[in-house]
Formats: sequence, C-alpha cells, structure tokens
Amino acid sequence: MNSPASLHGALGLSDEEFEQIKAVLGRDPNHLELALFGVMWSEHCSYKSSRLHLRRLPTTGAHVLVGPGENAGVIDAGDGIAVAIRIESHNHPSAIEPYQGAATGVGGILRDVFTMGARPLAVMDPLFFGELNDARQRWLVEGVVSGISGYGNSVGVPTIGGELTFDDCYSANPLVNVLCVGALPVERLVLGVASGVGNLAVLLGSRTGRDGIGGVSVLASAGFSGEDGAASIDEAKRPSVQVGDPYEEKRLIEACLELLDGGYVVGIQDLGGAGLVCGTSETAARGGVGMDVDVTAVPLRELGMAPYEIMTSESQERMVAIITPENLAAVQAICNKWEVRASVVGHVVAPTVGADGVTRAMLRIRDGFDGEILAEVPASALADEAPLYDRPRERPDWLDAVLADDPTDDEPIGSPNDDLLDLLVDPAWVYRQYDSQLFLNTVVGPGRDAALLRLAGPGLPASTKGIAISTDSNPRWCALDPRLGTALTVIEGVANLACVGATAKAVVNCLNFGNPEHPAVMWQLSESIDGMAEACNGLNLPVIGGNVSLYNESGGNDIDPTPVMGLLGVIDHLVAPPPGWNWRDGDTVVLVGARHADGDVPFPLGGSRWATRRHRRGGHLTGVEPGALHATLPFVTGEVASICAGHDSDVTAVHDVGGGGLATALAEMVAVTGIGARVEELEGHGELFSEFPGRFVVATNDPAAFSARAADVGAPVAVLGVVGGERLTIGNAVDLSVEEIARRRAGALVDALEAN
Amino acid sequence: MTRVGVVVFPGSNCEYDALAAMTSLGADAELVWHSVTDLDGFDAIILPGGFAHGDYLRPGALARFSPVMEAVTRFASDGGSVLGICNGFQVLTEAGLLPGALQKNRGLTFLCQPTTLVVSSTASVLTSHATLGQELVIPINHFSGSYTCDDATYDELIANDRIVLTYKENPNGSRGDIAGITNARGNVVGLMPHPERAMSTLLGSDDGRILLESFVTAPIASFVL
Amino acid sequence: MNYFVIVDVTLRAGIADPEGATIERALPALGFTGVTDVKAGKSFRMNIDADSETDALEKATALAERLLSNPVIEDASARLGAVHAS
Repeated sequence: MNSPASLHGALGLSDEEFEQIKAVLGRDPNHLELALFGVMWSEHCSYKSSRLHLRRLPTTGAHVLVGPGENAGVIDAGDGIAVAIRIESHNHPSAIEPYQGAATGVGGILRDVFTMGARPLAVMDPLFFGELNDARQRWLVEGVVSGISGYGNSVGVPTIGGELTFDDCYSANPLVNVLCVGALPVERLVLGVASGVGNLAVLLGSRTGRDGIGGVSVLASAGFSGEDGAASIDEAKRPSVQVGDPYEEKRLIEACLELLDGGYVVGIQDLGGAGLVCGTSETAARGGVGMDVDVTAVPLRELGMAPYEIMTSESQERMVAIITPENLAAVQAICNKWEVRASVVGHVVAPTVGADGVTRAMLRIRDGFDGEILAEVPASALADEAPLYDRPRERPDWLDAVLADDPTDDEPIGSPNDDLLDLLVDPAWVYRQYDSQLFLNTVVGPGRDAALLRLAGPGLPASTKGIAISTDSNPRWCALDPRLGTALTVIEGVANLACVGATAKAVVNCLNFGNPEHPAVMWQLSESIDGMAEACNGLNLPVIGGNVSLYNESGGNDIDPTPVMGLLGVIDHLVAPPPGWNWRDGDTVVLVGARHADGDVPFPLGGSRWATRRHRRGGHLTGVEPGALHATLPFVTGEVASICAGHDSDVTAVHDVGGGGLATALAEMVAVTGIGARVEELEGHGELFSEFPGRFVVATNDPAAFSARAADVGAPVAVLGVVGGERLTIGNAVDLSVEEIARRRAGALVDALEAN
Repeated sequence: MTRVGVVVFPGSNCEYDALAAMTSLGADAELVWHSVTDLDGFDAIILPGGFAHGDYLRPGALARFSPVMEAVTRFASDGGSVLGICNGFQVLTEAGLLPGALQKNRGLTFLCQPTTLVVSSTASVLTSHATLGQELVIPINHFSGSYTCDDATYDELIANDRIVLTYKENPNGSRGDIAGITNARGNVVGLMPHPERAMSTLLGSDDGRILLESFVTAPIASFVL
Repeated sequence: MNYFVIVDVTLRAGIADPEGATIERALPALGFTGVTDVKAGKSFRMNIDADSETDALEKATALAERLLSNPVIEDASARLGAVHAS
C-alpha cells in the first residue's frame, strides 16, 4: 500500500512501486525522476489494472496494419488507402469544465490520428449524462456540446455522429468519449518511433504552460519547490484546466501533414497525457534509443516553471517530431509558413552502458544540452515497464437480487401510446451544432443508425469505396451481465453498419468503468473484455485500439459498466445513398431477423429502456439465436450495399431495432418521413419494447421478392404491416397521429433542456 | 477554361471542397495562399468557408488584413468575379467589399442544417443561370450568419436588386431573410449557405450546381459581352 | 511613458443583441429582478508606450476603430485603467 505521508505516496506511487523504481535505477530517485515515474506509471498512462485483461482480445487480421498500442489503429481499406481510428475518453476534465474538457478531448483525438500520417476525416462523440431534471446536468450537456462544436467546427473536422444517454448513474460522472477516423495513402504510414542516433526531437506547436499539472503539483508543496524556483507560484491559481486552441491545432495539422508529405519526419508523436515525458520516453523506447532532452529549450508560456512542470505539463496542441539534422531548415520553413512554433528540444543518443555493465537506452533530462543531468531514467522503464496488476475480482453479491427483479412480467402501467411517446428523443438539437458535412464525404450524417462517408480526401488515391462508423453502448445491459451485454453491444454495432451497407472490419473500444480497487468493478471489466473477445472472435473482427477510463465513481458509487464499441466498416462501391428510413406510401413493413430472443422468454424487458424509464433496473439479459443472426447480418448488409452500388431494389427503408425496441424503431421512421403505418397486433408490450440486437425494420415495395431473397440465405422475415396514412397503429395497442409522434420526438430534448 | 483561385487563410477549412466543386464544373482551380499579392491570370476568386485566423476577434476581422485582400479588392474593382462563401462572406463584409455585417445567430448556437433558399435576383455572377423565385436546397453551417445592416443600406439593397438569395424559413434571424447579397456591379457576391456542399445527390442535394455553374461561366460571359 | 488602457467594444444602439437579450431573460429565474438593458460587449486591455495620456488614448482609439471593432455594428471607446496590465 502507499503511505500518503511520503512523497511517492502523494504522487500516487505505492511503496512497492517505489521499491521497484529504486531497483530499476540502482539508487534512490531524485524528485524529478519520481515525478516522471508518477505520471508514466499512473493508471491513466500505464493501464496497469487493465493491461493483463486486454491481452485476451483478438487483435490481428490480414487487413490490420497497426493494432493496439500505437497512437491509433490502422487498417488497409483497399485502393491504396489506409484508415486510422482511435477512441478516447475525456471524462474527468469534462466533469470539471465541460466546454474545455470536451474541446480538448476533440483536440487530443485528432492528434492521435494525424500522428499516424492520416488526415482526420471525422469525429463521433458518445456522451453520457445524468437525467436532465437537474440544472447541473443541463449545464454539463450545453457545455460539452458547445465545446465539441466550438473546437471541432473550427479545427475543420466534421462531427458525424455519436450517442446521447441520460441515466442517473452518470450524475456525478459524466462520460465524454471521442472517436476519430482518418485516412492516408498506405505508403505514408508513420509510427511514433525515434531512431537514428544524432537525430533531433523537435517540439511543434503551442508553448508549454502549467495546464493539466494535476497530481504532480504535490511536488510544489512537498519541499520540492524551494530548490527549483517554483515557490512563487500560488497553487490555488495553478491552471489545471487545459484550454484548447482549435486555430493552433488546425495549423499544427496542416504543418504536420505537409512535413509528412515531404518525407521530413522519421517519427512523430503527440503530447497528450503526461506531456513531454510521455512523448519522449515512448518514442525512444519504441526505437530502442536514448534521448537527451533540454528543458531550457522548451518554449514556455509562464515564468519560473520547474523542470518537473515542463516535463509533465499537459498543455494542448503540441507534437514531437523526430527528424534528421539536415532536414531542420526545411522543417522550420514549413512551420514558419503555418505559423507553428518549432524548437529542437531533444537529441537521439545511443544507449549507454551503466555501472552494472548493462546497456540501456536512457531518457536524460538536462539543463542545457551540455548542462547538468537533472534526471536519468531508462526510457523503457517509463514507457513499457510499469507494474502490471491482477487486482481482485469478484462477482458482486447484490447481482442475484438484481437479476431476480425482472420487469418482463410487470403489468404495464398506463397505455402503450404514452410509453412509446415517452421513449422518443430526437438528438437533432445536439448534432445541428456540429459541422457534419465538411470534406464533401458525408453520405449519412448524425441521427441515423450509422454514419457513412465517401472514402476520399486531399491527397488520397481515387476510390469509390465508403467507410461507415458506429458507436454503441448499452450500460443497462452491461449492468445486468457485463459479458453478454458487451457481446450484444458489438453485435448491435455490426447491425448498425449493415443499415448503411457496410461490412464491419475492425473494433475500437472505450471502457468506462468505476473504481478498479472495487472487486466488483474489476469483475465487470474482466467479464466485459471476455464478452468483447467472444463476440469479436465469432464475427472475425479484430480489436485495433482502445482506451480504458477507470475511477468513474463518486461517493463510493460506481457508474454502470459502460463499454463503448466503435465499429469501422467498409463498403466497396458507394455511388448512391443507402435507403435510410425513407419508407413510402404503400410499402410493406417487414421485420428481418429473429422474431424472438434466444431462450425461454420470447420478449425479455430486463435492461430495456422501457423498464429503465420505470426505474426497473433488474432482470435477466437474453442473447440472440446465432443461426438467425449470422444469416441476417450479411443479408441486410448485402441488400443495402447493392443499393449503394447503384442497383435497383425493392427495398425502400432499413432501420436497426435498437434502444426502445420495435415500437420505437417504427415511430422513428414515422417521425422522419411524416408517413404513418398500420402494423399487426404484436405480443403485448414485451414485443413492442423488448431490445435484443440483430433485427431490422425493412420497407419493401415487393415483399414476395424480398422474402424469397431472404429465404435463400436463411434470414427470417415476418410481414408486420403496410406503410401509409396519418397514423401509426400497432394492433389495438398503439394508435398515434404522425403529427404527435413527430412533435413529441422533436421536442423531447429541447423541452428538457429548457426546463427551469 | 475559367481559371479560379481559392484563397486559403490559415484556419480556412472549406478550400478543398470549393476546389473540388470548381474542378467538377470543368474549371482550372488552384489554391492561393493568403500572402499572395498578385492575382493576375485568374478569372474568378473564391473566399471559402472556415475559421480564417481562428475567427478570433470577429469572423473575418483579421483575415481582411491578410496581404491577399488588397489584391482581391483590386481584382473586384477591375470587374473580376469574387465569391465569398460563409466565412468568405464575413471577410468580404469586414473588408468593405460588401455592405452590412454578420452577427451571431438568433438562437446563439452553431447551425449545420439544410435550408431552402429562394432566388431573389439573377443580376449577379452567382445567380445569372438561376430563375427568379427558384427554390434551392443548400446547407448552412455557421454561428455568425445573421445578416444585419442599417435602414439606408437595406433600402439600397432592395432598390438595386442586390439581395440575391433569401431563406424560405429564416434560420438565424437575418434581416429580410437575407442569405446572400451582391455589390452594385453584380461581380462580388457573398452568401452564408454552402453551394459547394450541394453538388451531388449522393450527399443530399445538387442544387448548388446551378449557382456555381453561373459563377464559373460568368467571367467568360462578361468577356464575350 | 507606459499607460494601461482599456478599450470597450459594444454594439451600436439599434443593433440586435441576442446575447444581451438572452442574459436578461435568464436573470429573473435566478432571483435578479429589476435588471434591464443588458448589453453584451468586449473589453480589451493593453499597455501602450506614449508621450502622454492623450496620446495613449488616441492610439488606442485608432487601433480600436481599425481592428478591434466593426464600425458597421459596433462602437469602441478607450479609457485609462487604474493599474497596469500584466
């Protein structure tokens, strides 16, 4: 355990970790060295609680160019184009200052992607807040959305989708996840590697201030300040909130892409969490070389910054590029054009032989390149050799009671009409604030099953391919059964991609969980990872990147397990838009996929939004029958892909049955088209609102032909009704006017935000 | 072939989109860095959308002092075709090439959505191929798009047929539903909506084509006259 | 001499001010009554080397009119501040 009274304890290092550091160095660390270990061995940087479990995920595939562990995962999409994708959380900063927290989250994820040589093409944002009947939640929503809008629009990367979830478990811990996808010519792929003794590390972008020096600031009050000149800083005024500058980032993107185009860069790395120490130690460790860093060469925004502050600052909009000395002038010229600051702050040096006779690549922090050595640490010890923990895991004892409290057999209170209206939320208020169209690629934008982009951009080879991205989560499912819940979430993502005709090619994930020191949380995390592995193995999908956000707890209460799955799909020939939800008068409405859930209960309601709205959070989660699923997903994908390739089709609309169940999917199609439907009697409120993935509402103008094609591949089809009229009727259960459905759905979010 | 220059300020972000739209219409289009002081050889100039100089201070306030703007002013006074889209419209008003100013939207949020525009005048390089009263579906994408001007300016715009496009349903509080205006000669046009984003039904609408086709052929047409 | 100058930029009379109006509408709900005519604006602070106070203010007014404000919709005024900017 750590002793809080000690300096290493205050830096978040346990006594065992402190002993390990002494063993690595063969001596006691000085304060600066201890600070470097403190940030690099933090949960945030080292994944020390989760790494052991993440190894169980499948990560390889013939098309995978870069898997987990780099700044972004990369696949070969064909036609000479590689696609980079990354997802991250910015939860804790957004809880403190929602605008800047969300804005800097966008900035960070963009740097991760253009670090690989890719031009960022699109961003998606899954957001989770408490219920909107609380003024603080409304403040958080408005702040986060305007932060994403303010930064993303200005930096010039479209925001093409995301998710919006309201649940009381996020009241004290809002979640802000950010996914970015970019593309590059395959041959331009670069990695964050330093190599070549004598090469230079050039710091690009903003000057360094005291932003984001959170945990390490204890050094100022730990007797450290006196010897390094930082004593004059009033700690209360220390700006731990990082402030984003999208204009700086925009110029940094263009400058870096021009540097990469010109072939001037050996390796490049963004400076995010843990700042310079992370950027220099990771590039050096990957290259197996040492690095001398001159703290006096780092351009500063504030006076009197101590070396530990300079090395760990999380000031935004900064990159480290490794270049050969002969390219320095060319690099400076490009940076001057884009008004981007460029300073040589490091030299790549050969590994050195220590007193023990062992050769190590050392990160040395110096006061001038020829000056005093302030810190000397093996780069790999910081970057790769953080401790690995197998923390205690235990299935929580309260889970059985939760499972037993199943809402499936609850007598419905009130009418299905009211229940349905209550479930409708149009997120347009959010996505209208995002530029979703820049780069002329957005075929399907926010607010639909998945986003669909043309795979095109400046500098890319010509292609008629498209890429689709979906972000999915279902914390209500995962609270009941983290393993099955996560597996079903992956399937839900694949189903969403099918709606736009894309075949899933890779998964990235953002695992938002509670406190890993709670055995129940570690059990949830481990189960969730196993569920993801099972689903991905079953669907032959590699996991090419991820992010783990732990300690989302407050007052001892952990959030529901919230694994967010980012699915990347490819469509080979995209020349016409997919049908979307645009059914037409006279079309036949069919349900494609298993009509019943797998197992004894045909229409389970455990974990459904219908139940959650009633504060009924228990029940069993039920799976999907694999045979129907594996026939349905490729069938629907193929039907839509054929339309996107320009072929005629009887299919006029396709919508995944997701949150809120079948009734909600039908009502959403009514709302966007303004055309009603007459649907046959369903099996009670169970079939109206049950949620299990792998089902689609499809509209067709030739149901016989459609059913025949489905039968050929064994995809189940059931005719539900007919499109037309001014009302949505479902048997005797639901009878609502088109106007009321559209009005309630459009107003739900706006009305909740405007409540006082 | 019409030679079109697309001006790039640091912070511009629709330059490649404008370039692609021009190229698809057969123009010979290229990017022009904001430090350029000579626009000889170009038949038409586009100031694209984006956030020139970060939109710091006010949208367009710093961009108007970029060296290229003196050349754009000369180019316009010589009768060259100049089109400002979104941020480019804001730059043109700040530079005094078009009257009025663009304020924050009435709802105080950024708006990215399709709008229906009505062609209110065909006496401009952007609208010469369109029909009076024609409705076009073209997206907007802005925070500061609410057009404002004093009464005298507004009366003058109306009297001289200088309001070229209006919103069918006003999304941002613009005076007189104004979406785009022209100068007195009709060769300098600014509009908040993005015609270059409405060039293909694959992306939702191709109603922008008729506007940009007018713009691309305008220099040749005036040369023939 | 070096003078600390504050430049205020406000919307001209008659120009719609949605920001000011929104703030004004929000105030009663927060318990602030009797607040009217809320106008949003910007304030800039700078140190100016000049021969005299008048000279410093003239310089500030000139740069405010040329860059800091848009005369089509905004007025700018310069005043001396009490303490030095830092």
